[in-house]
Amino acid sequence: MSDTGSLLRTPLHDRHVAAGARLVPFAGYEMPVQYRSILEEHRAVRTAAGLFDLSHMGEIGVDGGEAVAFLRYALVSEPGALEPGQAQYSMLCDEDGGIIDDLICYHVDDAFLIVCNAANHDAVLAHLERLLAKGDFDATVEDRSDRTALVAPQGPASAAILATLTELPLEELGYYRALRGDVAGIDCLVARTGYTGEDGFELFCAARHAGRLWDELVEAGGERLIPAGLGARDTLRLEAGMPLYGNELGPDTNPFEANLGRVVKLDKGEFVGRAALARVQQAGPRRKLIGLVMRDNAIPRHGYPVLHDGATVGVVTSGTASPSLGERIAMAYVPAELAGVGNRFAVVVRDRPYEAEQVKLPFYKRQRQEQH
Amino acid sequence: MSHPGDLRYSKEHEWVRVDGGTATIGITSFAADELGDIVFIELPEVGSSLTQFAGFGVVESVKAVSDLFSPISGEVTEVNAALAEQPELLNSDAYGEGWIARVSLADSAELDALMDADAYEALTS
Repeated sequence: MSDTGSLLRTPLHDRHVAAGARLVPFAGYEMPVQYRSILEEHRAVRTAAGLFDLSHMGEIGVDGGEAVAFLRYALVSEPGALEPGQAQYSMLCDEDGGIIDDLICYHVDDAFLIVCNAANHDAVLAHLERLLAKGDFDATVEDRSDRTALVAPQGPASAAILATLTELPLEELGYYRALRGDVAGIDCLVARTGYTGEDGFELFCAARHAGRLWDELVEAGGERLIPAGLGARDTLRLEAGMPLYGNELGPDTNPFEANLGRVVKLDKGEFVGRAALARVQQAGPRRKLIGLVMRDNAIPRHGYPVLHDGATVGVVTSGTASPSLGERIAMAYVPAELAGVGNRFAVVVRDRPYEAEQVKLPFYKRQRQEQH
Repeated sequence: MSHPGDLRYSKEHEWVRVDGGTATIGITSFAADELGDIVFIELPEVGSSLTQFAGFGVVESVKAVSDLFSPISGEVTEVNAALAEQPELLNSDAYGEGWIARVSLADSAELDALMDADAYEALTS
């Protein structure tokens, strides 16, 4: 057992302990990796609902008369296109086009909220403050991470469960949209976002109300909802083909090789990393992130070598036995010229090569319900 | 958690049940719980030789890969082929349907290096 003495705790720590969660160190926090079973939690999110504590994630407010101009300069996307109540997936890149973090930028009221990975929170904050000091923008950057809790009901039943606790018009709240309002009498920012490949919500509230919000959601969910940990979050996002910083993304990867070129708006004017990213786009990325399904009975894992015609050509960034598909799946970087759906590779598992075939990403796509 | 009294246990969380010259081996319920949902096992081959406390296979949970260490030396006479299709038996019935292999016992004196149920219980509680 590792020493958890110096780790931070989220406002929901006591709920996790009471629920019998297995707690592990993650990004400086003591976080639930599972409650009873990763597979059970994974299936709950695919078929009903799971409840995640994501309070470890970073929340950074960007405000001021030139907040939009500042974010257009800092992010690779075009936050100027965001209407109030709208969100976009984006990234911070360095001057070389390497990814500092991937994040979601929300336009809320007259300001912006950046939600970043917990492990990158300090780096993101320092980077934004450095850009702000250098660029002479009329904008402010405020770290709200400690006082903000983030609770995420995810899964096909999450909308019906949430609807019992709020008057907000959830049926009008589209994907990557956010609304402010009361949930169980608690002031929340309710966002229709997630990291599971299912319909779901992310609820931001004051840290001191997190326990009550959690309890109300568990109560309202009844048998349709169970708490879900980081283990299920990882298998869910991997099936949905969503990248994880530290695995698929990092300072040595650029958005184009990670299939995220659509996020980069090269024509919006000057921004950090623009020149380097324009060169990558022009030349095409040298390597590509691909999806692999194993044809042999072996589980690919992070760091395992990928072979093509017997030579090592790449590496697995994430891999698992997919609970929803019953297949062994992986994402991997390979040279761009070798990438193509149907192409054959091998993954080295315990010194032996096992056959794999490239498939289209994502591995899993939910059946969208008909709109009424 | 209670562990069957007729088995011997290793510090690496494997068990052995001796029946005449045959030993059946598996992982303990404690190990299975610690691993979480087991989704894969690499079984030893029939005819291969196991050495006490040496690696003989691998189990994988959703999140992690773990080596298996044999609690006893001997030649593998049978493996539990059902585990290839249903590795979850290791979680649900570690001391029964989740048995891993049967070996012809090489040296019964090796059993002295293993724990009884009470000692194992003390180790894991």
